[in-house]
Amino acid sequence: MIKFLQKLQSPSSESPGAVWWAFIVIAAVILALLPQTLGLAQLLDLSVVLVLALLALSMSFLWGYIGILSFGQTAFFGAGGYVYAVAAMNFGTTTLPFFLGILLPMLLAAVLGYFMVYGKLSDIYFSVMTLVITLIMNKAMRATSGSQYVVGDVRLNGQNGIPGVPPLQVPWNPEITLFIDHVYYLAAALLILVYIGLRLLLTTPFGRVMIGIRENEQRIELLGYDARRYKLLAFILSGALAGLSGTMFAIWGNFVAPEMFGLDRAAEVIIWVIVGGKATLIGPIVGVGIIQYLTTWLGMQGVGQVTLVLGVILIVFVLAFKEGLVPTLGNLLLRLLGVRPGGQAEPGSDNEKGPDV
Amino acid sequence: MDSLMVYVYQIAFSFSILILISLGLALIFGMMKVINLAQGEFLMLGAYFCVLGSNLGLPLWLAMLAAGLAVGLVGVIVERTVIRFLYGRVLDTLLATWGISLFLMGIVTTVAGPQSQSVPSNMGPVSLGGLNVPGYSLVMIGAALMMLLGTYAIWRFTNLGLLVRGTMQNPEMARALGTNTSMIYMFTFGFGSAITGLAGALLVPLFGASPTMGGFYISKAFIAVISGGPWPLIGTVSASGLYGVIDGVVSYELSPVLAEICVLFVAVIMLRLLPQGITGRMRKGI
Repeated sequence: MIKFLQKLQSPSSESPGAVWWAFIVIAAVILALLPQTLGLAQLLDLSVVLVLALLALSMSFLWGYIGILSFGQTAFFGAGGYVYAVAAMNFGTTTLPFFLGILLPMLLAAVLGYFMVYGKLSDIYFSVMTLVITLIMNKAMRATSGSQYVVGDVRLNGQNGIPGVPPLQVPWNPEITLFIDHVYYLAAALLILVYIGLRLLLTTPFGRVMIGIRENEQRIELLGYDARRYKLLAFILSGALAGLSGTMFAIWGNFVAPEMFGLDRAAEVIIWVIVGGKATLIGPIVGVGIIQYLTTWLGMQGVGQVTLVLGVILIVFVLAFKEGLVPTLGNLLLRLLGVRPGGQAEPGSDNEKGPDV
Repeated sequence: MDSLMVYVYQIAFSFSILILISLGLALIFGMMKVINLAQGEFLMLGAYFCVLGSNLGLPLWLAMLAAGLAVGLVGVIVERTVIRFLYGRVLDTLLATWGISLFLMGIVTTVAGPQSQSVPSNMGPVSLGGLNVPGYSLVMIGAALMMLLGTYAIWRFTNLGLLVRGTMQNPEMARALGTNTSMIYMFTFGFGSAITGLAGALLVPLFGASPTMGGFYISKAFIAVISGGPWPLIGTVSASGLYGVIDGVVSYELSPVLAEICVLFVAVIMLRLLPQGITGRMRKGI
């Protein structure tokens, strides 16, 4: 049990052990069996949690492991959704648009990342710039309500978004499109694959250098690594992940709208990651689940309260539970079991020296 | 000649809006290294207090001043309850102020409803080189310049301004010389908030007040402050000047949204060329 807990939140670059693989298999089996017991509506709710968990992972991977906080993951999320929607409606097939929905946000991340990373933007400016980028994309998309804003045959529709985004077709048999439960299986499979992929990536030399940059960027550079290259690559990878999440979101809801880029969505991503715990990969997934169900429930109570409560949650977690729920609860359990939690370095402590302006 | 007047007006208008929305942010960030993501919501609160004051029967200018003071008070409360625990932890203040931003947005939506409200300025249009512009916008341009000069004067020439700048440069030394630095931090945050609140109130007759209006301005404000660099006043003025020209010309010729995208584009390039901001290489400044 103790080992299991340590393994689960192990933020280090050790190879995951048998316990961890067992956990993956159990999680996969549970996810695979859930549709047997859940109704379609519940399945739909759960699917979106899985899809958004990809977005949360794209952020925590950057923030928790290389130490850059990108507020603009929603820029790539929205871009992915819009690219899929526009391409699928133009081409009539969905396999290519699915990959375009990952590829184009990746390219966007590469261009923006190049300017920001190689411009040696300090971490804090990087965060603010990414936020500004997503806000401006949101504004630009809102302004496309006129009939002159057409890509191919598709009107962008501004504020109203694009309805009727085609569902995903089976690549080898376009006659068959994915239904709600299929989308659920796809989302679950993608999430598990991405989770395993990121976890394994952290054990490679690339991942170790990433964590090294988080701990002490200067030392890594003195050792001869070009930190900027690693940062840019990590940023591109996380852009691709966010794009994947956006594409899946468009497939899930058959709908894209400028809200995908919005300030509220951007704030939610942060809150998921902070509540779950940024320096773990499982934390953000847990965070998405909790916050998503909480906001759905609050949304039924009235207008305005959702943002109010989310704001309070964010303040409380920043002031009191910086590590997030998963590490906090994990350490608590370990302590109850009589083990002192390992004195790991505070992740992101490098960022707290203040901007070098 | 006529079109020159129009350009001058457009640029002055864009410039003064940039100054209004970013001055408070620049002061708080430049002096305290606190990035206040609730800046937009402070603007929004200022706008709502102004609407409230005017509904209570105050004359518009008095309602605006009262709104500034009220938001200053909110700023002091926020500093005492949240920000002061987070000095030196830049990312955490960023996140906490985002929490405050959401909280304020939620509270205003709950209390005042999501619809937008406004107060008319009772000033007719003024003809300016063949273009009819709202007379109030000229008042606003004047007010923005006054606020800029006023802040400069307080920071540069008063004893209080000296204490503030000293504390920001070297808190230990300031403490050793008997300055209550905690009070100075509180004052600076409150002052920046009050300016922002006043700015929000000044925007009401032109743009109204709505719970989500903060998000509309915040991206521009951050671009101006980031490009400005380490010296808040000079930096913000020069960045606002640059972006004011771009914004004014492009939004007049093409569209406001395109103008914003141009500003972002220039800002990204600028950051590549001048990563420390416009004033990054200046040794002295304010």
